Amino acid sequence: MYVAVKGGERAIRNAHDLLAQTRRGDPEVPEIGIDQIREQLSLAVDRVMAEGSLYDRDLAALALKQARGDAIEAIFLLRALRTTLPRFGATLPVDTGTMRVRRRVSATFKDIPGGQVLGPTFDYTHRLLDPSLATEAEPRKPAPAPKKSAQAKAAQARAAVQEPSAPPPRVVDLLGDEGLIEPSPPDTGAEPPDLTRAPLAFPAERETRLQNLARGDEGFLLALGYSTQRGYARTHPFVGEIRMGAVQVELFAEELGFAVPLGEITLTECQMVNQFQGSAEVPPQFTRGYGLVFGQSERKAMSMALVDRALRWQELGEEKTAPAQDAEFVLSHSDNVQATGFVEHLKLPHYVDFQAELDLVRRLRAEHAARGDSEPQDEPTEAAEATP
Amino acid sequence: MAAPLSDEAPLLVAEGLSRLYGARIGCTDVDLEVYPGEVLAVVGESGSGKSTLLSLLSTELAPTSGRVLYRMDNGLRDLSALSEAERRLLLRTQWGFVRQNAEQGLRMAVSAGGNVGERLMAVGWRNYGDIRAEATSWLDRVEIAADRIDDDPRAFSGGMRQRLQIARNLVTRPRLVFMDEPTGGLDVSVQARLLDLIRSLVSDLGAAVIIVTHDLAVARLLSHRIMVMRHGRVIEAGLTDQVLDDPQEPYTQLLVASVLAA
Amino acid sequence: MTVMPAITYNFAYLDEQTKRMIRRAILKAIAIPGYQVPFASREMPMPYGWGTGGVQVTAAILGADDVLKVIDQGSDDTTNAVAIRGFFKATAGVATTTRTQEATVIQTRHRIPETALTAGQVLVYQVPIPEPLRFLEPRETETRKLHGLADYGLMHVKLYEDISRHGHIATTYAYPVAVAGRYVMDPSPIPKFDNPKMDDCPALQLFGAGREQRIYAIPPHTRVVSLDFEDHPFEVQRFDKPCALCGAQDVYLDEVILDDRGGRMFVCSDTDHCESRRADGHVGPLGAPPPGKGKP
Repeated sequence: MYVAVKGGERAIRNAHDLLAQTRRGDPEVPEIGIDQIREQLSLAVDRVMAEGSLYDRDLAALALKQARGDAIEAIFLLRALRTTLPRFGATLPVDTGTMRVRRRVSATFKDIPGGQVLGPTFDYTHRLLDPSLATEAEPRKPAPAPKKSAQAKAAQARAAVQEPSAPPPRVVDLLGDEGLIEPSPPDTGAEPPDLTRAPLAFPAERETRLQNLARGDEGFLLALGYSTQRGYARTHPFVGEIRMGAVQVELFAEELGFAVPLGEITLTECQMVNQFQGSAEVPPQFTRGYGLVFGQSERKAMSMALVDRALRWQELGEEKTAPAQDAEFVLSHSDNVQATGFVEHLKLPHYVDFQAELDLVRRLRAEHAARGDSEPQDEPTEAAEATP
Repeated sequence: MAAPLSDEAPLLVAEGLSRLYGARIGCTDVDLEVYPGEVLAVVGESGSGKSTLLSLLSTELAPTSGRVLYRMDNGLRDLSALSEAERRLLLRTQWGFVRQNAEQGLRMAVSAGGNVGERLMAVGWRNYGDIRAEATSWLDRVEIAADRIDDDPRAFSGGMRQRLQIARNLVTRPRLVFMDEPTGGLDVSVQARLLDLIRSLVSDLGAAVIIVTHDLAVARLLSHRIMVMRHGRVIEAGLTDQVLDDPQEPYTQLLVASVLAA
Repeated sequence: MTVMPAITYNFAYLDEQTKRMIRRAILKAIAIPGYQVPFASREMPMPYGWGTGGVQVTAAILGADDVLKVIDQGSDDTTNAVAIRGFFKATAGVATTTRTQEATVIQTRHRIPETALTAGQVLVYQVPIPEPLRFLEPRETETRKLHGLADYGLMHVKLYEDISRHGHIATTYAYPVAVAGRYVMDPSPIPKFDNPKMDDCPALQLFGAGREQRIYAIPPHTRVVSLDFEDHPFEVQRFDKPCALCGAQDVYLDEVILDDRGGRMFVCSDTDHCESRRADGHVGPLGAPPPGKGKP
């Protein structure tokens, strides 16, 4: 006699207990603290905040711990919390021109007002595993910044830990003064779109696209940005400027009649300068691609800027030839929480639909056999595709 | 080829049609009329603006200035004023568009029968047997063997694809067919057969045709009237035989001479 | 040490503003049967593709007195059904049931219950890809236009191709339907066996696609027609055997592999239907005699 298997509920509970145990690992090893993750795995925390669209280092660290270090799972946890949080309003646009810069480089000019500030970067390190990190050795202290930049040469390449006193001007603004680069689109004062409160619709305006990219998967944007460099919609990019540091977030309080500072967040901004031929109306000038990300992630900010620029083909009268230019393709597939859910849902039972396909294939085979075709037919029958 | 006698009103009218790409001229200041059953050839070298003109006439491209009118049941209508629904209905019933590259005009992953049947289904045919019979008859008219009906066009030669594309477009008996270099890229012998086919089908159906070609021989064989384009402008127009036998413009003379020399 | 803020959730997880937004989308969907209403789908605490659309619809319509049933593949006991039922038990504290008749809200993935639904019940479908034209035309801008113009020739091309290749329509699940003579709709991946149950159904049918941000509906007693050709009419799957456990005919059956020597049996995919019939004394060829008080 056959008895249907029961006990799904218990099985799930057991699986979750096992997960909790596996997450903890060997109990002989001390449990990792949220503050340790926040302080020592800070780039992982940054990525979770950026793609989770929620700036909270502690919650991001908690999510990473709960997710056993899986970035996308942690992003998902943060998003699921974010969706339940009340909205108080939109802050004023942050001004990256007033950023307290910790890192700031330009590839378009040898020296720039305010200097190249290397800051904490993996660039120029030799990627050699460092066994001393396996012990608890103290890292070498960085040298203090030079007092006065009388020596202009030295200023160019200083690896400063202290911020320059006055905020350095944006490099692209220097080009803008000469009209060599298209101006930033003017601030219309309109409330920005919120993709988490309104469904994505096409055609999507640039502000919507940028918002989508800012939340988008770093790996996906990296691959798309890379593809533009390899000739799939080439945009001839130069890094006008990358800057990373703290900016103040302010909310305009109606009751008070002025903006109140809420705190500081760290951002990475990339202004990409791209070639452009000009047209009958517009003299030749450079165009921009823009990237802005929570925390420190130059890879993401640069990829975003490349893809932003590629997506502007229509506005700039270019030809659409490559995936990175296809807004429906890019925006519909950039979200890793959506993507991972749908890919992984193939694990769910699909046996009802599979049964229907099984039945059909048997029938088709029976009909095929009945026709008694002696000649082998190589035409494939419709493949059973897993249903979503 | 003699023009059909026609004192009817024109089917399609273009007035002062221009299209600029930035500062570059696609085509400029084109006026034309096409009458029911008439074949009009637009000839010129590549870059002369003839393909731009075809895109404008078929509403694939919006003009920078000027307009295109089409005769519908309720008189001449400005095509830019049609709703999207009306425009699409027009495209799948009264109009056809045969493209140089058959891959753009066919569904390459759909069988020949499905390609021909699509327009029928789009206008409401719901009987499989009827659709199949009609598709079979059209495949026969374009000289594709009936046993190829379930093959998809990827298995077809260039000439066959082009004939399939013609069947797909003519199955709803359109009043107006646009053709963009329909014989381009084909072998000479295949071209000749295809041209004969187009000529007889078009005259059987009484459809008007606007055909763009760089090949004066194609224009001579198919068209009643001809327009010569250069640098985006129409430089000479008239009855095909007259223009080709006695070209007035130096440029047309050069074109005709180069064909004769070849 | 870091002090974490306390995190609390609203009844049925979603905040009331969000529920109102979803209800507005549902009302619009009911007003235009079969039309896909875009809505600002929220991130839910379960992955996209695992029923977030259905869960949001259920969360928006659930009241404290509702009795909820959740099935996946027709079964109350599959992992996803268990997880979603548990979610609403925890966040809304509503009563749950496995009995189709007792439920006021039934959330489903891939099946419609065998027991006929009644007026006052709501069937909520989890939908992965709401767009019936998606695999014929990948572009949203284009498919919306096609719906707007009722330009459905392409859909029939697909069916035509099936017949020309296989002799009959080879779509077995997610079989497209025309709703109220206007919109072509994807009924979610239910087997086409279930399609006739959607027609003139006294219950309200709601469809939620979370990842794709769409909600659509079939109001009670709406005409739902499966697409076909006059000379190749729509047909449902037929099973030549009854359910091995309860002997039911004309129900959808799952194939169960019994051993590695080709032994297999067919049993009701709707577990509640099967249990109810056995409780009423029906026995199939491989079934046990009527179960006593103990559960199998």
